[in-house]
Amino acid sequence: MGYFTVPKLSSRMWKVWSRNKSVFMKTWRVNFFPPFLEPLLYLFALGFGLGSYIEVIEGMSYPRFIAPALIAIAIMNSAFFECTYGSYVRMYYQKTFDAMIATPLSIEEVIAGELLWGATRSLIYATIMLPVIAAFGLIELPLALLIIPFAFIAGFLFAAIGMCFTAITPNINALNYPAFLFITPMFLFSGTFFPLELLPQPVQYVALAALPLTHVVGITRSLTLAAPSGFFMLHIIWILVVSLVLFVLAVNLMRRRLIV
Amino acid sequence: MIVAEDLRKQYDEFVAVDTVSFTVEEGEIFGFLGPNGAGKTTTMKMIQCVSPKTSGTLTVFGMDVTTHPREIKQLLGVVPQENNLDPDFTVFENLLVYSQYFDLPRAPVETTIAELLDFVQLREKQDKPIEQLSGGMKRRLILARALINAPRLLILDEPTIGLDPQARHLIWDKIKALKAQGITVVLTTHYMDEAARLCDRLVIMDFGRILVDGKPDALVREYIGTDIVDAEHNPRVIACLNRTGAKYDVWGDTVRVYTAHPQDVIAALLNDCGLGTITARAATLEDVFLKLTGKKLRE
Repeated sequence: MGYFTVPKLSSRMWKVWSRNKSVFMKTWRVNFFPPFLEPLLYLFALGFGLGSYIEVIEGMSYPRFIAPALIAIAIMNSAFFECTYGSYVRMYYQKTFDAMIATPLSIEEVIAGELLWGATRSLIYATIMLPVIAAFGLIELPLALLIIPFAFIAGFLFAAIGMCFTAITPNINALNYPAFLFITPMFLFSGTFFPLELLPQPVQYVALAALPLTHVVGITRSLTLAAPSGFFMLHIIWILVVSLVLFVLAVNLMRRRLIV
Repeated sequence: MIVAEDLRKQYDEFVAVDTVSFTVEEGEIFGFLGPNGAGKTTTMKMIQCVSPKTSGTLTVFGMDVTTHPREIKQLLGVVPQENNLDPDFTVFENLLVYSQYFDLPRAPVETTIAELLDFVQLREKQDKPIEQLSGGMKRRLILARALINAPRLLILDEPTIGLDPQARHLIWDKIKALKAQGITVVLTTHYMDEAARLCDRLVIMDFGRILVDGKPDALVREYIGTDIVDAEHNPRVIACLNRTGAKYDVWGDTVRVYTAHPQDVIAALLNDCGLGTITARAATLEDVFLKLTGKKLRE
């Protein structure tokens, strides 16, 4: 079987999702805290601290500029880290996947369930962050509420990216490479804290082609400002296409790793 | 219940299971014995539909493992070699979450869980986290978990590995009770007493092949005889045994004489050779195992 065999899935994949949700809800207090606190920290440090030196950026205040980026970053981090370190621990240390595939669940459904859960985590984080940021009057309601369903789609993208790395990583420490070499640059250079246009033109193209967060920020910023960018549909299409391709790839890589 | 014909599993260069054929009948306890790396666990994994076969045929419940994995797994209970209970949940939750993977309806399953926890004597631990269980309790809980879907076939990969004698006896009792309920059991083990005690039939594997198959006592009679006389290993004993034409093997500092007439051998050794340290005992499955798989340490 190749790297792009389309997986056969059934609704049982939601059983895997449900297992992860149950674990998440067992410790909901500690899980709900970061998305509540994180935007506050960033807004105070960067938005109102550093941002007080920036009068206007792209015709708006600095906190208003970074608010959608903070949501996009939370969407990225929650799904990516869930499906790298989280999934790796379940796969390798806890042998949870082994236990699951001894039941009628297939490995394809296990991985799909993990990705759906990663996406759900992004949705939960975005949902908690929105009212916190809205309290500062930084986003346009009700349009910005569309970020909630969008967080699931974008979260799925980062979940699939993470799962591809999990499938090929030799050990848990090696997951630091994509975290530092991919996630951190994305965090900084995806039009998050300064406009993409400030980068040299070739770098802008690289960002648009290879940094998924660029597209996610493009969407969230359009929604929080209620001012769709000209590239709105392009961003959406990019995210959907890449998500689908990486989803199929992640499932196949994982099957190759686990089914021997 | 399980039919394998010319079943083979190859990883790149290494042949883990080399063209084996066997049949497991409904209602029996069938054992796979063999040194580490013999191919037992690989065979189990192919039966469980989690490791694809390289060639040959393998059917479980009359269904092909390649085309009907989900249907087979729905009717299967598995106790894996490695404990893989879910550490994020309590004892009760482990069984509940696992039942959901089989899509079992929630309300009746709670009754089933209570019954299973009684069966493995873990009812009072039901709200404890997994990390607070002893090794024997974890093994029992995994057994209960394997029974959650009322399986027709139970696969036990080293069910009593690392357990104390009390815990082993308890697991054995449970396995016998399950057999009495009509459940077919396939197990692997390194413990010869366990295999002799539990298995109706067994195979001994080595280097991916099946060396022998049969009933434990029949195998002992066929390959060893009824009795064993162990004597000290020295040239005088060897000379003496060679004179009487006895069958024997040398194991380190012991000479193992295979015989149906231990009194005669003892008499011969004591009277004719004038020797002291001699032990007579019944032949066991372990003698068969060692004779067939050799003395060399594996891995």
